[in-house]
Amino acid sequence: MTEFYRQYLAVAVFVLAAFGMVGAMLAVARILRPKVPQDEKYITYESGSDPLPLFGQMNVRYYVYALLFVIFDVEAVFIFPWAVNVEALSWFGLIEMGVFVGVLLLGLAYVWRKGLLKWA
Amino acid sequence: MIAIEVGWGTTLAIKTAVVLGIVPLTALILGYVFLLKMMSHMQSRLGPMDPGGFHGWYQLIGDGIKFLQKEDIMPGEADRRVFALAPAIVVLSTFLVFVVIPAGPRIRVASLDSVKMFDGVGVFYALAVSSLSVIGVLMAGWASSNKYALLGALRAAAQLIAYELPLVLAVVGVVIQAGTMSLQGIVHFQQTGSLFGWSGIGFPLILTQFVGFALFMVASQAELTQPPFDMPVAESELVAGYMVEYTGFRFLFFFIGEFGTAFAFAALAATLFLGGWSVPWVHCTAADFLGPAVLFAKVMFVAFLMFWARFTYPRFREDQLQAIAWKWLIPIALANILLTGVLKVAF
Repeated sequence: MTEFYRQYLAVAVFVLAAFGMVGAMLAVARILRPKVPQDEKYITYESGSDPLPLFGQMNVRYYVYALLFVIFDVEAVFIFPWAVNVEALSWFGLIEMGVFVGVLLLGLAYVWRKGLLKWA
Repeated sequence: MIAIEVGWGTTLAIKTAVVLGIVPLTALILGYVFLLKMMSHMQSRLGPMDPGGFHGWYQLIGDGIKFLQKEDIMPGEADRRVFALAPAIVVLSTFLVFVVIPAGPRIRVASLDSVKMFDGVGVFYALAVSSLSVIGVLMAGWASSNKYALLGALRAAAQLIAYELPLVLAVVGVVIQAGTMSLQGIVHFQQTGSLFGWSGIGFPLILTQFVGFALFMVASQAELTQPPFDMPVAESELVAGYMVEYTGFRFLFFFIGEFGTAFAFAALAATLFLGGWSVPWVHCTAADFLGPAVLFAKVMFVAFLMFWARFTYPRFREDQLQAIAWKWLIPIALANILLTGVLKVAF
């Protein structure tokens, strides 16, 4: 295995280690903590009153933001390779990136103008 | 460091064990120094200053013992497997950030560099794994089958994705200047750089990327859901948001996740903008010994700024939060990127 892959193996080991730590700490706590089951304890908390059924529908106002996020996050993915090579790509790359960012900013301005960034 | 030949497997095992210890330790240090002591002084809170006599040193230990004795309660309506997995995902996200943060020329777990030195994906990776915690938060909120938890989780998701962008875009300026995404490469760039020919303190990137630094600090504050950006856990409206049904150690994992990530973000900010582990005039082996201490000092300084803001400002409204991210931070970040690009190409 080359050094390159070993580094990613370290990442994989860390995933296992994180789950291992969580598991181990819960296991230790399991030995020490009390367990006194009572029906009332397992009722969903709702400021003391009996819980009402969970909403059937709710207004999720965040979906416009989620769509915008996808657009700008993909943009960030494209910006990074350019950022590493700014010097090599010189003015050509810079103007290209200016156009790219400009188009996306136009999109943001359009959304803004349409009033979607307001909390409706 | 020491001239003992050890296999990479053993080294990896040691490093993993060390980081396993460091992550909860950082959470404890930040919790103790800032949350208990600094907040007590700034807000005249008497409780955390009392236990144990001297400055309330016993408070945190007492809290730990208390958490250990708490019964593990899972609401009957909960989606049990998702409920149990959620805190682990949050801790996992914190853990994975620590993989790439360098504490010395040779002290790091993995730099994620390619075969070429100082040419890798370090920052990119750190930002990617740090946003994994959104999934854990959404899982916790959804699986609790609690209205407060669900609302808190939705708020958290909207907030974390909105501030993900300024956070990522603020780093691009640094990447442009250093010409690499490798954290070791960025530290190397700052260490070997010079100010108008004077190489005394190297070239900390905060000198040119102060806009990026400010954006990074604001965005990381929001990513940590700390006041003034704590609407997802707003105790006066949502009780504790997505954590409301968690007890004992499962709750503690969210705490470790939050403060461990605060430390990781402070370490990232210190590495990207303040020169990381580098010390003027110290190189090679000596830097390996001094590096961790220097990095720790810088991290504590950055964390101080974070918690200072946390204890000083009142909470924003949800609509103000989104407006700040989309109408201010993102356009400023993009302008900063283009300006940095122009200056880099022109000079």
